[in-house]
Formats: sequence, structure tokens, C-alpha cells
Amino acid sequence: MNHLMPHPAEIIEKRQENENTYTFRLRFCEEEVQRHYRFLPGQFNMLYAFGVGEVPITLVSDPMDTEFLDHTIRIVGNVTQALARLHVGDKLGLRGPFGSAWPLDKAQGHDVLVLTGGLGCAPSMGAIRYIMRHRSSYGKLAILHGVKAPSDLIYQKKFLEWGKIPNTEVFLSADQADRTWKHKVGLVTHLLDQVNFDAGRVLVMMCGPEIMMRFAVKECLVKGIQADAIYLALERNMKCALGFCGHCQLGPQFICKDGPVLCYDKIKNIFDIKEV
Amino acid sequence: MTAFSIDRSELDSLFQALKKRGYEVVGPTLQDQAIVYDYIESSAELPVGMSDEQEAGSYRLKKRSDGALFAYAVGPHAWKKFLHPSHQRLWTVKKQKGDLQFISEKPNSIRYAFIGVRACDIAAMQVQDKVFLSGTEKNYFYKELRENTFIVGVNCSHAVSTCFCTSMQTGPKLLSGFDLSLTELIENERHIFLLKCGSKKGEEVLQELSYDQAKPAEQEAAQKLIENTSQQINKNLDVSNIQELFYQNYEHSHWEDVAERCLSCANCTMVCPTCFCTTVEDVSDLSGDHSERWQKWDSCFSLDFSYTHGTGPRRSSIKSRYRQWLTHKLATWIDQFGSSGCVGCGRCITWCPVGIDLTQEVAALRGIQK
Repeated sequence: MNHLMPHPAEIIEKRQENENTYTFRLRFCEEEVQRHYRFLPGQFNMLYAFGVGEVPITLVSDPMDTEFLDHTIRIVGNVTQALARLHVGDKLGLRGPFGSAWPLDKAQGHDVLVLTGGLGCAPSMGAIRYIMRHRSSYGKLAILHGVKAPSDLIYQKKFLEWGKIPNTEVFLSADQADRTWKHKVGLVTHLLDQVNFDAGRVLVMMCGPEIMMRFAVKECLVKGIQADAIYLALERNMKCALGFCGHCQLGPQFICKDGPVLCYDKIKNIFDIKEV
Repeated sequence: MTAFSIDRSELDSLFQALKKRGYEVVGPTLQDQAIVYDYIESSAELPVGMSDEQEAGSYRLKKRSDGALFAYAVGPHAWKKFLHPSHQRLWTVKKQKGDLQFISEKPNSIRYAFIGVRACDIAAMQVQDKVFLSGTEKNYFYKELRENTFIVGVNCSHAVSTCFCTSMQTGPKLLSGFDLSLTELIENERHIFLLKCGSKKGEEVLQELSYDQAKPAEQEAAQKLIENTSQQINKNLDVSNIQELFYQNYEHSHWEDVAERCLSCANCTMVCPTCFCTTVEDVSDLSGDHSERWQKWDSCFSLDFSYTHGTGPRRSSIKSRYRQWLTHKLATWIDQFGSSGCVGCGRCITWCPVGIDLTQEVAALRGIQK
């Protein structure tokens, strides 16, 4: 099988999240492919824009939903720009799922702290949705999300909904805010002080800019959370998603197959070193 | 393994036997003042009577008077150029009335017979086998090519100053991974090859040749020849605790020192027989309804290699790119695939335009560390 070849998929729905961010609801054109497709929260697909190229994008939909596959894309380069130009009914290429998942089994019976920054909230979506479906299997859930500016905030409705669910707290923060902003102001790492948790029984799921995660990890460690209870979703250049192209390496890890979700304990010796 | 002997003239019978079986015969040839691999028809196209001298940043051919066919070390080509080609179309896509139709490229069904493969290069193939075939996903294009390849190995009778297979325990003697192995013996006007079979395929091909049982004296001479080659190898790479060495020295000042010399030209990765990194390129035509995806060799020395939007290149300094290459080759490769990514062929030393020698860089990391 040529796993490097995409399958055609149709855009079922296109939702604009903010100025340069869209969520695409996709469905494989071949029924057979759609029927057999299963993924775990945290895994990603390679999305192909005709004639332009491929990009790795995490699935943001509920893994229990076998009808549609949602992907949130920010326009940052050629491929995402080409994808953003597509409309409902247009076709693109899709292959996956690839990579590791959030440790949702390990997290059962634990409190969960989801800490995200910017578009890093997208990869955590699947995990939050999963926990919501199996709410009683998990302890307290705290969702800490930071954005640079209020206009960067996406999924606002979801965040507010989740905040109303018992035993669930949502804290939103913007680095710089205007008067319309009803939430906290400051760095997302400062939100950690707002949450009460038992460092011994909490599991952290983190995604965002690496600089944010470096500081957030340090804060978590200071608060007594163990390195093996911290999970990060990382981003690297990827061409194949199969561990063959070599682009996504971080030390011994291939982010495409050992990651994108990695236990901090596995990378703690190199995570703070520049340009590894 | 039983040893046989064939006359030098029987080499052409070997080529014919391989061709009869549908193999494309590829072997060392003389081109542009270097010994490189290409399609060959007869043994006359081999680099007859040629040898080489290699040093860090230097490669020179030298004539010999004995008409030897394999009395040189490895040149700039690695066999990966056939098994993991520098350009490979992966698939084609057609756009018709808005629908996309993807068509997979079929693996190349060509059957190669490689002539004169050195022990270090067989080890390199075994390393790439681990990269491409040991995981849950197999490399679709590599698998078939590799499985269809017939390997005629040759024991090295000549080493150059950049060779260090003895450190990596990959040579100079062929131990496994070949269908037939040859040892070239030229004594008293006699030019013969000692031959051993490494597979059933090899045994079958042998039956088409005119051969003798090897005489004890010939076997002894072959043994001596290989031992002699082994003794010619002076370069040494100390691989003891090599992972720890690298993992404890990510921030060693010596990386700056290498970066002052390294041009980040990627030559080392192109000539390396195990370097496997690739990128992809989409090629469209003016019709706008047809596109192809091509895979091309890439190098961790290029800036684009680690580029992500928003952050730019993850490794923007030459220091970090050299560190990535060497750390991967000698240390993280072991975590990933269970063996070193280096086979001691020395190509990266010879073909580095500024003569950077990885064995010396490793020694420097060790030296300053103590």
C-alpha cells in the first residue's frame, strides 16, 4: 500500500473561526474509507490542497463521530492559504490518522489540566470532547487557555459551555485585551495560580507555542507535578507522516509517529536546549 | 561456506547469467575521474587497473599495473541511488469536474544485480532496511526494489585513509547480506576470484559458471589479503558509550568550532549510504487538472528542512544542523533503529569540501569532555 497517497475528501462544512482561521468538516468521498476510519484524540491527518502540497492538521472532532472529520486550520503558508480558498463541496486530499494520542486511559480517575495557547487549543479539542463524553471517569477538569489578543480566541461558545459543566473549570486569558474582554489578562501560565489541584493526582495536557510550553512546564514542576504526568503536543516540519522523511525529528523522537503527543519525561533532557 | 574459484574471464559469464535471469547489472565504472556505479555490459567496463587515494576533502585516482578490477575503496556514489532514488514520483492526481482521482505510482519492478558491493555498503543497506522496513509502515517503493536485488559482494583488497569500517565492525570482510561474494586474487600472472555463495539464488547462478573448488593455498591467500586490508585501516572512531557522549554534550563548545568550518553544503548527507531524508515537491502542468507528487533527497543541512510557519527554521544555525546530523548518525539512530547510522565507509570525510572528519569531531568531544 502506498501510504503516501491521499484519498479524496469533500468539504461538508466550512466555518470561519476568526480572521485567518477556519474549521473544515470533511468526509472521505469513498464510503469504504470513511467507514473504516477511526482516530484517537490528538492524532492528525495530512491534508492535501490540489497542486500545492500537504500539511499536518490535528483532528478536532469527537472521535466517536464516525461521519465527519473536523480540522481547524490557520492560514500561515501556501498550503493553508490554498485550503482556505476552498468552499463547501470542493474536494481535497486526506490521509491518516497519524501519530500518538492524548493519554486518556492513563488519565482515568485523575484530575485533568488542559493548558493551551493560541491555536494550541485545537489539538486538545478531541481530548476535552472525549472527557466530556466519559465525564464520570475523570476527576476535576480545568481548561486553561490563553490567546495573544481577544480576536485570537476561537471555540468561545464551547469554552463557555464547558465552564458550566459540574466539576469543570474554564479559565481564559489574553496577553493584551480591550474593554470587550471579560476574562483574565496576562500570560496563560499565570492561570495556573487560579486553579486548585492536587499535584499528585493531576495529569497535564499541554499544547501551544513551544516558548509557552517551556514556561508552563517549569510552573507545573514547581507546583509539584511529576514530569511523567505532563504531556505535550508538538509541531515540526513533516512531509511523510510515516517516519521516512526525517524532517520531524526531535532528538530520538519522530514527532510524526512517536508524537505529536509526548510525555515530557521522554524529552526533558532536550526540550530546553535551543535548536535541537 | 564452501569456497570456489573462477577465472577472471568467468566474470563475464556471471554477468550473462545474471542478465539471463532478468537482472540489470550495475557496477563500478570510471566516469569524470571518479569510480561511480552505473549499468555495465561486460567486465571491460569495470575500472580495470585503477585504484584510488582518499583523504579528508580529497579523492584521486591512481593507475595500477596488475589489471585488478576491484582494487579501490568506495567512491562518491552509494547504492542508495538505486534502492532509494534521488527522485521518485509517488502519485499522480487528476481533477475532473471538481473530483480528485489519485493514482499511485507502482514500485519500480526493475531487478538490479549489484557488482562489487563492499562490506560497509552491505551494512548500509541493512541499516536502510531497518529504517524503511522494520516499522509497522513499510516503505512501499524501497521494499520491492530491495527484495529483487541480487548482490555480488567483494572483499576489500585496498583501504584508503578515510576508511574506518573496522571501528564500526562492518568490514572489510563480507559476512552476510550477499548472494555471491568475491575475493580478487592476482598472483604469478594468474587472475582469479575466490567465490562464496550467500544464498540459494547465488548457488543457482554459480551453477552456470565454470568453477573449481578453491585450493587451500588460494583460501589462505584470500584470508591474508583481507587481513592485510584490515591492517591498512588506521582511522578509528571510538564508539564506546557513544549515546551518552552525545546526550551529555548538546551544549559542548566544540559544536561552535565545527560550525566555523562546516559550509552546510549537504555533501556528507548526499554521499552517505544510510542518510535517508527526503522532501516532496508538487509538479503541475498548465492544464491545471493534473498534478504529481515527487519525492527528492533532502538534507538536514538545509534551512528549509526544519522550517515551520510561525517559528521559521527550528535549526537556523550551522552549529545546530551539524549537531543534528552527527548526533542522529551516531546516537539517536541507535534509539530509533537499534544500530548506528554510520557504517565507517568514510565517504563523508572524503567528499567534505573542507575536510571535516567526523572521527576527529567525536574525538574532540571526548577530549575536551575529560
